[in-house]
Amino acid sequence: MDSKQPLASIKNVSVGYGGTPVLTDVNLDIYPLDFIGVIGPNGGGKTTLSKVLLGILKPYRGRVLFPSGRINIGYLPQISRIDRSFPITVKEVILSGVSSRRNWWKSLFTKTEGIAEKLLDELGLEGYEDRAIGQLSGGQLQRVLLARAIVNNPQLLILDEPNTFVDRNFEAELYKILERLNKRMSIVLISHDIGTISSIVKTIACVNGTLHYHPSNELTEEVLHIYNCPIDLITHGELPHRVLKQHS
Amino acid sequence: MENLLELFAHRFFQNAVWTILLTSLLSAMIGTYIVSRKIVFISGGITHASFGGIGLAYFLGINPFLGAVVFAITTALGIEWISSKGKIREDSAIAILWSLGMALGIIFVFLTPGYTPNLMSFLFGSILSVDRFDLWILIAVVLLTALLFILLYRPIVYTAFDPEFSKTRGLPVSLIRNIMAILMALAIVLSIRVMGIILVLSLFTIPQNTALLFTNDFKRIVAGSILWSITGSLTGLLVAYFLNIPGGAAIIFVLTIQFFLVKVFLLLRSSKNR
Ligand SMILES: Nc1ncnc2c1ncn2[C@@H]1O[C@H](COP(=O)(O)OP(=O)(O)OP(=O)(O)O)[C@@H](O)[C@H]1O
Ligand SMILES: [Mg+2]
Repeated sequence: MDSKQPLASIKNVSVGYGGTPVLTDVNLDIYPLDFIGVIGPNGGGKTTLSKVLLGILKPYRGRVLFPSGRINIGYLPQISRIDRSFPITVKEVILSGVSSRRNWWKSLFTKTEGIAEKLLDELGLEGYEDRAIGQLSGGQLQRVLLARAIVNNPQLLILDEPNTFVDRNFEAELYKILERLNKRMSIVLISHDIGTISSIVKTIACVNGTLHYHPSNELTEEVLHIYNCPIDLITHGELPHRVLKQHS
Repeated sequence: MENLLELFAHRFFQNAVWTILLTSLLSAMIGTYIVSRKIVFISGGITHASFGGIGLAYFLGINPFLGAVVFAITTALGIEWISSKGKIREDSAIAILWSLGMALGIIFVFLTPGYTPNLMSFLFGSILSVDRFDLWILIAVVLLTALLFILLYRPIVYTAFDPEFSKTRGLPVSLIRNIMAILMALAIVLSIRVMGIILVLSLFTIPQNTALLFTNDFKRIVAGSILWSITGSLTGLLVAYFLNIPGGAAIIFVLTIQFFLVKVFLLLRSSKNR
């Protein structure tokens, strides 16, 4: 594959809800094996950006292009959007990620034996396949949603705050998993916690009404200021944040 | 005992039993969808809006079932459309359609000259008046629903659970939701025959909640609802016959008792195990 050609390319996109734009003039190229950290304040438009990429939301202006053809995108939505009382088992949730865009009807009866179980083992949830999602902790559900996002081997993985509810242990493990996945897929990781993600992402995008792309994973208060990205740089210790240069 | 055998020899009672079996199958499937998606209020809107169709059909002198179906399907698709747009307050819109349907029904029935239909049978059901033709329609709709549930089981559950994610997987989300809206409308209108407008939602919620006491798996809730619905409704029918009380009310009573008995049984069992 030509690595000079982006997998997905957002061109001059303006998008919003009910006629009111949330994002204006957004440009972003996502190349194979990119690892982009998306940060920004609440309501800045991070989730909206992911929906445009996924094609759930149509832009008012501009276009989202896929220069190397339609790609398979894995998606982990913000966990607050999931109805945890819905009667569905862990296994079914993961299998709901199996169908593919081009011919969904083929997935109606495809044999899916063992697929969910294998992923659950990898994510430290062996034996949970028949549990109802309502019986999971937030962190466990988060892992199930990750499994659903990657079960179909996407070329691009979009994660909307996957570290919500996740404990310190699994957070570190999650980042290891993501680094491993990044060897074969591009990742867009939305997070508030710039401190912890900046050590694993390769580049950073600041989203607040529009998008500022920062082609490195080093951020300073000044840069954030210029980008109009009011984000707290102070992190809760322990995890490496060599990239953060604190200013007094 | 002899009484019972005699009863089953009657054509009208056989029809009633068949109607209950088929309605239970139908409401078990559709009710599981309704309860899972927490759209009981929407189904209430569909139910009551269909009364407008019944009234109009009487006014025009056509089959009331036809009028009810048209109104119910229109309402169901309308609500689905409103909620997909997300611009109007969905619950208020449902309440408006709900009361508008009832109002239209009352107006049309009032305006219909001469013979006024027995409103009570629509409000509270009249299972003993089911005829062959009604049964054939019921059979057709049950088969259609079962077929779609088997064929489209995964997309139905996935789009109900997380429509947005399903869209990213290429599932035809709005098509499936519209199909389900139509099935909901058909199932509700057909069940009104048994339970009446006021009581019909019980068939779509009580057996499902009894089943939910045992499992959290969609398929098993359907299976459990079929079981509880059939046993509860048949018992209710017999109770109604022997005590000479209205069938729909008796059925709800039995379904509710069933729920509480099972609940208490499970509580006792779990406290014993502790
Ligand atoms: N479905 C919707 N309808 C109308 N407005 C919406 C909708 N979803 C989001 N918005 C608005 O769009 C803006 C951006 O929302 P978005 O969810 O993209 O922010 P975000 O950056 O993901 O925030 P957070 O960090 O809280 O997740 C917000 O002002 C929000 O009110
Ligand atoms: Mg968000």
